[in-house]
Amino acid sequence: MTKQEALFSYTLRLGDNALILGHRLSEWSSKGPLLEEDIAMTNMALDLIGRADAMLKYAAQVEGKGRTEDDLAYKRGERQFLCNLIVQLPNGDFGYTIARQLIMSAFDLCLYEELVKSKDETIAAISAKAVKEVKYHLKFATDWTLRLGDGTEESHQRIQKSFNDIWMYTGELFEMNEVDAILIKEGIAVDLNSLKARWKKIMTEVLLEATLTVPADAYMQTGSRKGVHTENLGYILAEMQYLQRAYPDAKW
Amino acid sequence: MESTNNLEKFQTIIDADTKIEPKDWMPEDYRKHLIRQISQHAHSEVIGMQPEGNWITRAPSLRAKLILLAKIQDEAGHGLYLYSACETLGISREELIDQLHTGKAKYSSIFNYPAVTWADIGAIGWLVDGAAIVNQISLQRTSYGPYSRAMIRICKEESFHQRQGYEIMGKLALGTPEQKEMAQDALNRWWWPSLMMFGPHDSDSPHSGKAMTWRIKRESNDVLRQRFIDKTVQQAEVIGLKIPDDKLKWNEAKGVYEHGEINWEEFNQVINGNGPLNKIRLANHISAHENGAWVREAANAYAAKQKKEVLVA
Repeated sequence: MTKQEALFSYTLRLGDNALILGHRLSEWSSKGPLLEEDIAMTNMALDLIGRADAMLKYAAQVEGKGRTEDDLAYKRGERQFLCNLIVQLPNGDFGYTIARQLIMSAFDLCLYEELVKSKDETIAAISAKAVKEVKYHLKFATDWTLRLGDGTEESHQRIQKSFNDIWMYTGELFEMNEVDAILIKEGIAVDLNSLKARWKKIMTEVLLEATLTVPADAYMQTGSRKGVHTENLGYILAEMQYLQRAYPDAKW
Repeated sequence: MESTNNLEKFQTIIDADTKIEPKDWMPEDYRKHLIRQISQHAHSEVIGMQPEGNWITRAPSLRAKLILLAKIQDEAGHGLYLYSACETLGISREELIDQLHTGKAKYSSIFNYPAVTWADIGAIGWLVDGAAIVNQISLQRTSYGPYSRAMIRICKEESFHQRQGYEIMGKLALGTPEQKEMAQDALNRWWWPSLMMFGPHDSDSPHSGKAMTWRIKRESNDVLRQRFIDKTVQQAEVIGLKIPDDKLKWNEAKGVYEHGEINWEEFNQVINGNGPLNKIRLANHISAHENGAWVREAANAYAAKQKKEVLVA
């Protein structure tokens, strides 16, 4: 694998995570428990899809085959996507979405705070913007984890169950392959192992304050780094890509 | 007490074009009229998120998706300012939502039509927001201060919405034959309902009399409708689309477009609950509200605990 191929794969991975998590959050439009929360979720979706747009634009440039960010978002199939499994999971109830958001926002904060120092200037610039946004996302998810964890008996049970159910998808966030090895050597990518302790610390502090139990690290799901995804991704793409696929000659 | 003295003083303030503020004396009917109108407007913003939200996950480019998300977010924000403006009249958001759910409060009937294709997102921005903005510009001068200020803020964002819709339509109209057909079809379906948004003809408008005297409403339904038609016909010509009205023609003497008769039977049917989506739009809102009940209860319980802790400390 060349450095260019590794960089293409790495930027796709970052772009796809933002795109698919943004897609899931955007599904909350008109479904939020309060109008304020509806706005907050759409706002996070906007940030994430904006980040995906920037990252995929860069991926297309790195690839150098004349593709655009829209070609990458709208014309790749399931096996070519590199997003983590966790972002593909259906929204569930509000608590499940919050649990997923806390996990992802804490992970993104750890990741992008390091990527700001990347030797790749474009990644560093996109990361600087991402850090500002992710801090807000993390605050939103933290506030709601506290309210639900330490709210009513029902909300406590619901969000605890959400964390228990989703926990097996967290291990995969830290998996690395040849792409990471090449780019870490170049000072472009981050060693994901080095983020794990800080991520766990954030999660533990929030969950304990919310009177919740941190689930045990049992068996973890895997697959996305090899493009083997959940069954959900196919449906997401079928919906997202429908117009571009149905009218291949059209420009929008 | 609605003494003659109070009423006269109130009308003097109105006639001088000074704003009525929440703590000022106002006739009960003025308050009721405003609550009905502002809440209907707030509910329209919120229910209006549904037809467009229907296309977020299918928007055909990342740019289009970002713009649509931002637009829907603006509408939710407009709903919030309007609920706040309405709350200054002594009614709570919970009561307003309850009135929506029981059918006591209405929302704009236009949102009971389906957004069938992507071109409908263009048509909604161009025509529906275009019609709304004509009405809202006029309402910037409404006599109730909080409502007027909300309108000024909203108008700034609505003009971006209208341009966004027109841009989508323009792109489609100049695109492949299939795209152009999609654009024309959306215009055909949304044109007449957009004209209905201005309400019945002046001769048949039940709420207009007092609303004009109190300057809640500043211009009549027919005047506003005509302004919308004159502006939009030209915009359609620029992008090569045809307004679906065979009787539409320029009246040189009056300097306006004459138009065919609006189907008031359809208008009345949709207002009275028989539009394609009345039941579904409302059911979606009720279901989101009910599904969120446990979340709101948790937030209240948590806030109460925090307050207690502060008191103990």
